[in-house]
Amino acid sequence: MTSSAIVLVVAVFLASSVEMVEALTIVVAAGVSRGWRSTFQGVAAALAVLGVLVAALGPAIVHWVPIDSLRVVVGAILLVFGLQWLRKAVLRATGYKDKHDEDAIFAEHVAEMQAKAPAASGRDSVGFAVAFKGVFLEGLEVVIIVLTLGTTDHNLGLAALAAGAAALIVGAIGVVVAKQLAGVPENAMKMGVGLMLVSFGTFWSGEGLGVHWPGKDLAIPVLVGVYAAVAFIVVRAVGAQRARQLHGPDQPPGVSHAQVV
Amino acid sequence: MPKSSEPGTRPLSARLLVAFGRFWWDFLVGDTPELFVAMLVILGITVLLAKAVSTTAAWATMPVLVVAALVASVLRGRRTG
Repeated sequence: MTSSAIVLVVAVFLASSVEMVEALTIVVAAGVSRGWRSTFQGVAAALAVLGVLVAALGPAIVHWVPIDSLRVVVGAILLVFGLQWLRKAVLRATGYKDKHDEDAIFAEHVAEMQAKAPAASGRDSVGFAVAFKGVFLEGLEVVIIVLTLGTTDHNLGLAALAAGAAALIVGAIGVVVAKQLAGVPENAMKMGVGLMLVSFGTFWSGEGLGVHWPGKDLAIPVLVGVYAAVAFIVVRAVGAQRARQLHGPDQPPGVSHAQVV
Repeated sequence: MPKSSEPGTRPLSARLLVAFGRFWWDFLVGDTPELFVAMLVILGITVLLAKAVSTTAAWATMPVLVVAALVASVLRGRRTG
């Protein structure tokens, strides 16, 4: 397996896991408050639509779009998307943005759905719709990551497998831990995905624009390392500044690992 | 009588097109337009360097520009969240 394939699998797996955790919060909330049958039907319908999107769009993109154009467009999308994830993760790690609190989101969803009238009989349309929307919208980001990384690296099957494995593992963990999703180190995972997406974005858009990277595919893990070092320094510097703002100049600089997670 | 431009009276194809455009706008621009602009600038400078100077200059400069974009956006994010 090449270095780009390894980074691809890790990036898709982590991105899918993060999105799956967010979808799972909505699904469990729908199941608990509206019943499981309609919720599972909503999940199955959303997964089927997402699967059709990957199966239909993936081969079409590979077949019809010239490789250099594909690399520039895909690289640009990954670059923007990865920078957005990285920025958000840094701001959350340094306290400038609230962490994604799955417990609070869960309670909010449950209260909202319990306030709606229960279904008279048969399928509960609220449970179905909420589960479908949650899985489809969170899954759409995964589909874009799978399609962009998979088609550009000519490894669509591998990318889809990594996403599927993440869905299965997070789903299985979700069954066990149910309402304890707040324990998932989501921000650290988001930081990791951001680093990999930005690295792929830099590499592929550069290749598409005529840049010859030294070491070819090996440049990807090097870029991951460089960006990780920069992200670490930025988190330390901005975190120290935040601590001084909150507690005055006597506060020791830097942020702990726990803050990043 | 509702106006023809109201969402409920638009044909399905127009609503799908609007939803599609809105999805990509939120996805790529959203609340961080500076990152979208930075991406365009990075790609523009990279293609100029690759064609007019050398590929070495292009690959050496590109990650520096990406880092600059990230740092600038994080600094902006300290104020806006």
